This record gives sequence, structure tokens and C-alpha cells, in this order.
Amino acid sequence: MKTLNAKSLALAAIGAAALITGCEVPPPEVVQNGYRGLQMQTIYNAEDLRESLEANVPPEPIPAAVPGGPKAKDVYKNVQVLGELTIAEFNRLMVALTNWVAGDAGCYYCHVNEGFEYDGIYTKVVSRRMIQMTQDANANWKDHVADTGVTCYTCHRGQPVPEYVWVTDPGPRQPSGLAPTGQNTAAKSVAYTSLPYDPFTPFLMQDNDISVIGQTVLPQGNRKSIKQAEWTYGLMMHMSEALGVNCTYCHNSRSFYSWDQSAPQRTTAWYAIRHVREMNNEYVMPLSEIIPASRKGPLGDVYKIYCTTCHQGAYKPLYGAPMLKDYPSLAQPLPEGGLEAIRAAKEAEAAPVEAVEEAEVVEEAEAVEEAEAVEEAVPEQAKAEAVEAAAPTPAEEQPVQEAAAEPAAAPAEAEAEVSPQPEPAAEQPAPGPQLRYPPPSMMQYPPAPLQYPPAPAPR
Amino acid sequence: MAMLSFEKKYRVRGGTLVGGDLFDFWVGPFYVGFFGVTSVFFATLGTLLIVWGAVMGPTQNIWRINIAPPDLSYGLNMAPLAEGGLWQIITICAIGAFVSWALRQVEISRKLGIGLHVPFAFSFAILAYVTLVVIRPVLMGAWGHGFPYGIFSHLDWVSNVGYQYLHFHYNPAHMLAITFFFTNALALALHGSLILSMVNPHEEGDTIKLSEHENTFFRDLVGYSIGALAIHRLGLFLAINAAFWSAVCIVLSGPFWTKGWPEWWNWWLQIPLWS
Repeated sequence: MKTLNAKSLALAAIGAAALITGCEVPPPEVVQNGYRGLQMQTIYNAEDLRESLEANVPPEPIPAAVPGGPKAKDVYKNVQVLGELTIAEFNRLMVALTNWVAGDAGCYYCHVNEGFEYDGIYTKVVSRRMIQMTQDANANWKDHVADTGVTCYTCHRGQPVPEYVWVTDPGPRQPSGLAPTGQNTAAKSVAYTSLPYDPFTPFLMQDNDISVIGQTVLPQGNRKSIKQAEWTYGLMMHMSEALGVNCTYCHNSRSFYSWDQSAPQRTTAWYAIRHVREMNNEYVMPLSEIIPASRKGPLGDVYKIYCTTCHQGAYKPLYGAPMLKDYPSLAQPLPEGGLEAIRAAKEAEAAPVEAVEEAEVVEEAEAVEEAEAVEEAVPEQAKAEAVEAAAPTPAEEQPVQEAAAEPAAAPAEAEAEVSPQPEPAAEQPAPGPQLRYPPPSMMQYPPAPLQYPPAPAPR
Repeated sequence: MAMLSFEKKYRVRGGTLVGGDLFDFWVGPFYVGFFGVTSVFFATLGTLLIVWGAVMGPTQNIWRINIAPPDLSYGLNMAPLAEGGLWQIITICAIGAFVSWALRQVEISRKLGIGLHVPFAFSFAILAYVTLVVIRPVLMGAWGHGFPYGIFSHLDWVSNVGYQYLHFHYNPAHMLAITFFFTNALALALHGSLILSMVNPHEEGDTIKLSEHENTFFRDLVGYSIGALAIHRLGLFLAINAAFWSAVCIVLSGPFWTKGWPEWWNWWLQIPLWS
């Protein structure tokens, strides 16, 4: 009996020790996202959170450039995107960009012996396109990036290739008697679950419907299956890992689909998915031709963007550090006149409101003048872009044409707000950022493809 | 209520834990005792407080009435009554009532001179409850981690807590608890049906069959019969473990594990034999 007791005690001790070694130390760090007792909560390990906070600090901003001076397009050759900057601002951005992206290689990572304007090296062409992508993100996807915005550093963190990117996953290397199903491998990409390990191809590149729930009480017409739900869950697992949050950061799990029971963060995520999808399709995929094989996945597709690329474990990239405000040239495609013109347009927007308060006719007149100046800029801008587009490298042709359309949008908005008669304009408050809920179409469930994505290619 | 003729000799003085002869009497079939009084006191007060909370609204829908714990911002302090304080007092009442009930079981057991198996087993149910509303909230630093008292709301709590760790079915202690619950149900079904099959008369004039038949049935079926006494040991073991591992699986989640439960199993993936 004694030996039995001693043995079982030893066994229990081993068991207890095994249980304890995997444990974390209480208390955790908890953020409440919903009504008390509902457990809409985000839970952090305090130690891990501290490490993550320390790892996600942006570099010190470079001191602001001296205002004034000639334009970059007038001084340097072949400046297609940033030509409207003053050379001081342009060079400041180039230095920042080198620090953010090029690491030890410096200027020569993108610029080679043939001259700084030479486009024959793919890194330079990609950089230009990435700058356009950043400007587009900050100007047109505020529902995702807000006014905090993103810079090159948000993803690159000093590396030429961001640490966290994805390629279409060809599947595990070991042979299997089962047909490839794209799942059941405890993949890191889906938080070590058995869910499909590449939910990115169907959702962050292709436009498959993420929603799987039926909208009728009885299963009439909803052809979604549990297998499809697993793809959706795979994507959700990735988002959760990428943002360092859990399901209850966005969802009330009693009703995952229900918008009126979800946290506001879910709206941001809805836009984020579409934003990432657009970035992959509009900016990253078109670069496939010029990117070398060494920077592609095993199936030959380029490194693409997913949530981790920017977020890197933080619910906001760099925990919401406002880096963009120090680099206004990345905040939007640059109109004719560069940053000066943007500043002027903003003042013109604000002017009618002041006019109401002070009732000064003079100011109103000034505002109208400024607005006219902006209006004039529009056609010129489009023309200038068209000229630049005349001599691009072949790989770039399409992107530049798109870029020509984009800058025209910003002044056009300013025009819409300012151009009416001062008095009616004054009565209408300037339309602030409006919360656009996902359109009703996203709550509809068209018949889905019964099988996606295609089975992985055999090796 | 009429008293059975043999019952009198078991209704003896003494065996109380506190208060000596105070409350050492029966009301009808029920033994009162000090802890009977405290049981009734806490149960009544707690129930009335729940009713009061329900009356305060915002809903009279029985499914949706919700007495929720305080916001996390109150930490381990008391909260205003309407903002979770009610939950805190009701929790005190509930624990008071449950513990009183267990101690009343102890007193009755002592009077009868039997073992304390029943209060011991019941204490595991109390442990599970106390783990949910006291131990885990204290470890996590706020009463707001306790579960709300409401039919739908406590289900939401369960669901959301599960999804806080991405996939709760990967929680090893949860696996054990579920296994014990299911095995418990299996054992009870086998045992209950076996006893009925022995005792219920098959036809007019049948004799009741005893353990020889019971044992033979299972020996014929699976080659082994655990026996008349041991089946109850097994049942108690299964039931207690179900409650115990339930408590463990929830106290691990949060205080001792903040990530997704699937990730916990990485130790398996990292075993050098195949990694």
C-alpha cells in the first residue's frame, strides 16, 4: 500500500508539473468590448503585450523639410509620382524610404549606375507602385486606415521584403493517401487549427463570399456548406492571429453574422478585407511580371498582403502610432502644386464655415478664389499625368494610367464642396467622415461555388 | 407529516457542527439545524434580489432577464447595486446557500453515523460554481469575469468565453471534463437499466433477481462485471471528475492561458520524434 501511495504521488507530481509548465502567470490584461458580463473581451498575456508594444515602435520622424524651393519634377528626371514635391521634401521622403525599406543597401537598392532616373531595375518600379498604393490606401481607404494611415514602415520595418507575406500554399510535403483537401495540418496560418491553411487565395485575392449563414429560417436556397464555413473560419483565425485579438474583439459569438450585435471594429475589418483584396489585385499581382522568381512562392505567385503584413500582432499597426502625419506626401496622390495645393484646398474647405461665424464677405470671396484655383488645377493635373504616362516601362503602363485618374478625384471633391454660392454652402456643414455601414448586398447569399479554391497542384 | 415507524430512532440529538441544540429539530420530514436556517435565509434573500433586479428591468421577458456582473473597471471592488452590485450580493447569497446545504448534509450524516460521501460529492458542484464566480474572477482581477444570472445571458457568456480562446474544444481539461460527463451518463444508463432489468417483474409471479444475474449479464457481454459496490465507486469517481475538470478547464482559460487553445497543442507538434 505504501509503495502504491508513493508511486501514485510521484505520478501525480509529474502530471501536475507537466500541467504547470505550460501555464502563464495571472492576471492577464483584459479589455472589455461590450456590455458587462457578456464577455465581449480581448485577453492579453501582460508579458507578451509588453514585448509586442516594445517591438512595435515607429522610428523617430526626420525633421520637417524647409518649405519652398523648386519642384522635384523640374530638377530630377523621370519623377512620375512625387514630382510635385519640393526637392527638400522629396529628398526627405527618399531618405525616410531608404531607412524604412532598403536596410543596409541604401539608395543603391533601387537606383543603379545608369542614373537615378533609370527604371531598368525592378526594385525601383515596384517602389514607385508601392508609393502609389500607400497614397491610395491613405486617401481612399480611411474606413480601414483612418487618419492614422500607413507608411512604408508599417509593413517593411526596415526590410526590403516585409516579414509577413503570403503565397498560395501548395500544401504539406509528406505524401498522403487522401486526396488533398487543403486542410487538416495544424497550420500556423490558421492559429494551429485543422482549418484550411490557405484562406487567403479565396478571400484576400479572389472575391469569394465570406458569409456562410442562410438568411431564411429553413434552409431554402442556401447552398453553403460546413466545408465552406471552415474556409471562412480559417480566414477569421488568421485575422485573429494577425491582430493579436480573439473572436470576441469583433463578434458576439451568439450571432456571428449579426451586425447589430457586433463590435464597431467589425465594420473596420469588413473594409479591411476589401482593401487588402484590392491592394493584392490592383498593385501587387500586376507586378508579377517584373518580380524575380526568388521573391515568389513555390507556385510562382508573388508575395502578397494579408492582415499580418501591417498589423504584426497589434490590433492597430504600430499600436496606432500616427506616423503618417510626419510624411504628408504619402497621405494622398499628389495634385498639381503638391503639398501647398493640398493645404490651400483644406483652407478653402474651412473658409465657408468661418464665414458664417464672422459674416465677412471678404473671406468668402477669398474662399471662392481659392476654390477656382483648385478647379483650374484639375485638367492640368490630368494632362501632366498623361504626359508622364507616355514614356513608362512596359510593366508600368497600366498602373500609371490608373494613377492619372486618382489625383483628379481629390480636387474634384474640393470643388464640390466649395463651388456653390457661399451662402448655401455655409448653411451646409462640411460633410465630415460618415460611417458607411456595409451595404445590404453583403447580407445576401447568392449561390456559391460548391468547391473552392482549386485543389493544390501535385508536386 | 406522518413519521415512519422506524424513523424515530434516527431522530437523535447531537452531531451538529455549530450551535449545540439550537435549531436541532425537524419540521415535518425536514431536518432544520443551524445550516437549514442559513440555507433558507440565503436562498430566499438571493431569490428576492434576483426578482428585484428583474423588476428593475429593462425586460420582463423570462428568457432575457439578466443580472450581470459589474464592468471590469470596478476590478475587485463593490459596484453600485444597479451596475453589478446586485450580482455581487446575489453571488454571496448563492455561495452561502450552497455551502449551508453541504454543511446540513454533514450534520445529517453525523447524526446517522454514516460517511461524508454525499457532502464531499456535492462540494465539487460548489467548487465548480465558486471557480466560475470567485476564483477565476479574482485571478483575473475583476468580478466582471463572473457569469451573469440570466437564461440567455449566461449562454452568451459561455459561448463568448469559449471563443475568447478561439476554439474551446482544444482545451485539454475541457476534453477531460466532457469525457467524464459522457462516460458518467453511459455508466448511469448501464447501471440504471441493469438494476431495472433485475428488479422489475418480467411476468406475474417473477422473483426479483440479484447480483448473480447482474454480474453474469456483464460477464457474458464484455467479460467483466465491476460489481455491486464498485459500480457506485465508479459512478462517484466519474461524476466528481466531471465537475472537477470543468472547474479546471475554466480556471485555466484566462488566468493561466490567454492564447487560442489550438496553439496549446504545439508541444505535441514539437515532439522531436517527428518534428
